[in-house]
Amino acid sequence: MEEIKMVKYRKQILVCSGAGCDSRHSEEILDNLKLELEALALENDIQVIKTGCFGLCGLGPVVKIMPDDIIYTKVTPEDAVEIISEHIVKGKKIERLVYKDPLTQKLVSASSEMASFKKQLRIVLRNCGIIDPESIGEAIARDAYLALGKVLKEMKPVDVIKLIQDSGLRGRGGAGFPTGLKWKLAFENKSDEKYVVCNADEGDPGAFMDRSVLEGDPHSVLEAMAICGYCIGSSRGLIYIRAEYPLAVARLITAIKQARDIGLLGNDIFGSGFNFDIEIKYGAGAFVCGEETALIHSMEGLRGEPTVKPPFPVESGFRGKPTNVNNVETFACISPIILKGASWFSSIGTEKSKGTKVFALAGKINNVGLIEVPMGTTLREVIFEIGGGIQYGKKFKAVQTGGPSGGCLTEKHLDTPIDFDNLVAAGSMMGSGGMIVMDEDDCMVSISKYYLDFTMDESCGKCSPCRIGNTRLHELLEHICKGNGTMADLDRLRNMSLVIKDTALCGLGQSSPNPVLSTLENFMDEYVAHVVDKKCPAGKCRDLMQYFIISDNCVGCTACARVCPVNAITGERKEPHLINPSICIKCGACIEKCKFDAIIIK
Amino acid sequence: METMKLTIDNKIIEVPKGTTLFKAARELGIEIPTLCYMELHDLNIENKPAGCRICVVEVQGRRNLAPSCATNCENGMVVKTHSTRVLNARRTVMEFILSDHPKECLICPKSGSCDLQNMAIRLGIREIPGTEIAKMSTYRKDTSPSIIRDLDKCIMCRRCETMCNDVQTVGALSAINRGFMAVVSPAFEQNLEHSTCTYCGQCVAVCPTGALTEVDHTPDILRALADPTKTVIVQTAPAVRAALGEEFGMEPGTLVTGKMVAALRVLGFKYVFDTDFAADLTIMEEGSEFLDRLSRHLKGDESAKLPILTSCCPGWVNFFESYFPDLKDIPSTAKSPQQMFGAIAKTYFAEKIGIGRKDLVVVSIMPCLAKKYECQREEFSTDGNRDVDYSISTRELAAFIKQANIDLNNLESEEFDSPMGESTGAGVIFGNTGGVIEAAVRTAYELNTGKKLEKVDFMELRGLEGVREATIDFNGTPIRIGIAHGLGNARKLLNDVRAGKSKFHAIEIMACPGGCIGGGGQPLHHGNSDIIKARAAAIYREDKKKILRKSHENPFIIKLYKEFLGKPNSEKAHHLLHTHYFDKKKKFIVKQ
Repeated sequence: MEEIKMVKYRKQILVCSGAGCDSRHSEEILDNLKLELEALALENDIQVIKTGCFGLCGLGPVVKIMPDDIIYTKVTPEDAVEIISEHIVKGKKIERLVYKDPLTQKLVSASSEMASFKKQLRIVLRNCGIIDPESIGEAIARDAYLALGKVLKEMKPVDVIKLIQDSGLRGRGGAGFPTGLKWKLAFENKSDEKYVVCNADEGDPGAFMDRSVLEGDPHSVLEAMAICGYCIGSSRGLIYIRAEYPLAVARLITAIKQARDIGLLGNDIFGSGFNFDIEIKYGAGAFVCGEETALIHSMEGLRGEPTVKPPFPVESGFRGKPTNVNNVETFACISPIILKGASWFSSIGTEKSKGTKVFALAGKINNVGLIEVPMGTTLREVIFEIGGGIQYGKKFKAVQTGGPSGGCLTEKHLDTPIDFDNLVAAGSMMGSGGMIVMDEDDCMVSISKYYLDFTMDESCGKCSPCRIGNTRLHELLEHICKGNGTMADLDRLRNMSLVIKDTALCGLGQSSPNPVLSTLENFMDEYVAHVVDKKCPAGKCRDLMQYFIISDNCVGCTACARVCPVNAITGERKEPHLINPSICIKCGACIEKCKFDAIIIK
Repeated sequence: METMKLTIDNKIIEVPKGTTLFKAARELGIEIPTLCYMELHDLNIENKPAGCRICVVEVQGRRNLAPSCATNCENGMVVKTHSTRVLNARRTVMEFILSDHPKECLICPKSGSCDLQNMAIRLGIREIPGTEIAKMSTYRKDTSPSIIRDLDKCIMCRRCETMCNDVQTVGALSAINRGFMAVVSPAFEQNLEHSTCTYCGQCVAVCPTGALTEVDHTPDILRALADPTKTVIVQTAPAVRAALGEEFGMEPGTLVTGKMVAALRVLGFKYVFDTDFAADLTIMEEGSEFLDRLSRHLKGDESAKLPILTSCCPGWVNFFESYFPDLKDIPSTAKSPQQMFGAIAKTYFAEKIGIGRKDLVVVSIMPCLAKKYECQREEFSTDGNRDVDYSISTRELAAFIKQANIDLNNLESEEFDSPMGESTGAGVIFGNTGGVIEAAVRTAYELNTGKKLEKVDFMELRGLEGVREATIDFNGTPIRIGIAHGLGNARKLLNDVRAGKSKFHAIEIMACPGGCIGGGGQPLHHGNSDIIKARAAAIYREDKKKILRKSHENPFIIKLYKEFLGKPNSEKAHHLLHTHYFDKKKKFIVKQ
């Protein structure tokens, strides 16, 4: 059992140990910091804490010094000595490690001053980057299990359910089903046994909200699952997590053990007579297992494929018993709602989407990482203020929300307040909160092909439209990218997409054509360029590109001809050269070699 | 009963709660097309993965189209089953399915009886857009002794899985892979031969396409018939005569025994014999074995194990060899009628007509696919020459008759040849569930009690309940009998036997629902139990027509023992008519 004690330190050094920073050796930074402090006999004066994700994943590893509120980015294990000797001992800021605002180019060291933090409101991520996720004491110091105690001691299940309903919380897994209502249905379905399932099968490429919560604050989820168990009348919780999240799994296992050790899980919790325990079920990393019926089948040891709803899991779920499935992020919202009240939560957000939402920013954006903002924040604020705008000063082209099967939104949608309904109305969806930003260099036809590539691979194959239709969409997009498409193909593309959406069995197939439909809607000109002009405006589709030598610029140095692997370039010394397009394989080696900017792509 | 009132295609209907849109529409005479849905009426099993998405309909107020097979009726629903939106979606989905299906209908064994082909006709598909760039999902073809898996033709309807797992509890087939390459297969993509498959053929019987078909032996038979050095004889199983007519447009339950005999003669078989003869022989052996075990058991001999299990059904034999090898000394050691016939034909009969066994070709017509495997089992051949050379199914025989341009409907009935065509009513009822045990009781009763059995029809042993039991009074000794058909039901009885809880003296098991009349090689019945019932009734009619209805009264059987075998369970009978079983549980994964 962990000894929970309070010791006063002069300064604290927080080192992010989320999977991103961890993969860039934050563990070594941590060790080096500790060694250095010991060498200087400062270990009782300065505390080094391993924390969960700060959200600045593109800038990791991240180290934060408190109470100075200074954030150092891209820290290497070798920097540890300097951090101690300069900052801790001499009190001097290390300029070279300080974050530079990508828009203003100014150094911003205080996290409270960082634009990416200013607009954020952290409810789900309240403890991430603050506490040591492997210490239940630190979690408790930040009010973990307080809500559980309150619920068990002072509230009846129906009251808690009412509170969650009043808060307006909607499921963060994608579909946005009202959480309180789900709990109510699970409560009302009578059964000798019920289950609380936490869906931690986060499968969207580029999305890591759930992983960060589990890695940074696992107790928030365990506590909420116990609360849910109390409300619906269940004593068994199951966390379905993908085995590819080893760090999150390890921290969950630690957290469950800690909670059991001090009686926060197990029998007679808080002396209330309520029993609840949690076990972990591993997924093998199939995207479709995020769909709740597929998830349940997978947990039962069956093939991970969805079945028609109804019956919903709240009626007949795991082993045929009423089962309440909620996403990690949804669970992480529960305790604050109970402690601060329904009206506090519902005061945040838009009319039909309350609270905050975590997004994983990825793609051509400066601040790649994890953010949490109130519902109703606009895409513009997220991308240009919090996200720090587009990389290398390029032009924004589109943002894809909702994971691989979301839609691509454009400039005209930038001022849309983000919430469940607005995103659907705009032709995309909230999904689990992935946000991938594209710039002027991205070809939207290729982008939709890329996403289809993913959904095609992740389809379980149960229903014909998803199994075969997605492959046909992908083939047709490839056909178009090769310059073989026709205008009639675009019609066919739309019809196939609409039918797949209309007829597929589960959410995966019903949304997989979204990238195609939204790009057809918003970037029709690019499709037309591909099929009519046989050109790729973004210069991404290799089959539609041609390499040319501008004879005026060419000095006849022969460097390009020598580097060409297929001998497609000919010409005499000191005479302008020529590229034979029928031989050229468009590898780009000549462009890299040419010192005179004489080779262009058209 | 709670009911739901709704509107389908502008017609109002009220149905019991829990009724699907598909069934409600059918009540109204609206046939919604579907490819994957299958209902097995009497088994209370439905295959409705809602996977084909052909049966989708428009439900007012719903965002997406709903699969009518898996959507329950609700009050106030307004449903359109053939709106333009539905028609367009259905056609597009059908085009998807066809785009990943081989276009080789000309040589497909299912051509003409293929659900997919019929659906393409029904939906008026004339072209499949994008074929020129459409890749196909292709798989290794797997040929087992009985069944061919040509998975390029699989449309993932999952009917075979339902049969294999839910009905038969064999568990040989399940979906593997994902996305475009998803397909139904034995685990680890093993060949069927290395799986727990029993070759019962129920998967083949329900496959809507040519993905699962029987191994066709008619070309081999045709070659043998055309070979002047060979004497080709044929035996026909009892269930065949009760179903063959269906392939020629006759009502289910039409008996075509005489026409079938005539057709086989036209096809060139030198002797047309009846497996029923061998069924009578089976009763002599199995019945005697039972009486021997029973009397020893009643005397307290613990080595005499009861219940005795029938062993006529090769699918069932495969099943217990895989799943209950620890019980392999419990079934009767008597060979199946098919193999008894082969063993006698290639010895006694060959001798009688003065030819060597290698020049005698024995063909069997069976309602069964497991019989193909059975006749290929090593223990059923001598010096590499099989007792039964080829086994073909009722469906293959029908195709063979059509191929030879024989008009079955208008053939004059003919009689089986003697001596191996002579049989009693007891042999005939082998085709029905409960029939083997009824035949055995008729003989065992008389042999055991020495009294004449007045009432030959044992109604308590008949019927289509999955598991049945009855007690027959053997002169004061109550003989408890259990009957199961369908391997899932068999498993229930076997679990009891394994646990030492079985109260039965004898158990009859047939692998296929309904018994041989519902066999995997019969004309497709699409789960319609009325067809099964009609076939069963036909079998009992044939029994009733016979003057002799007890196996031990068959004069040609009596003669056979007198001339050749001695008496039941004699050393010679043991050598020729009995077998042993193998433990197939330990299987090795074979690398492809």
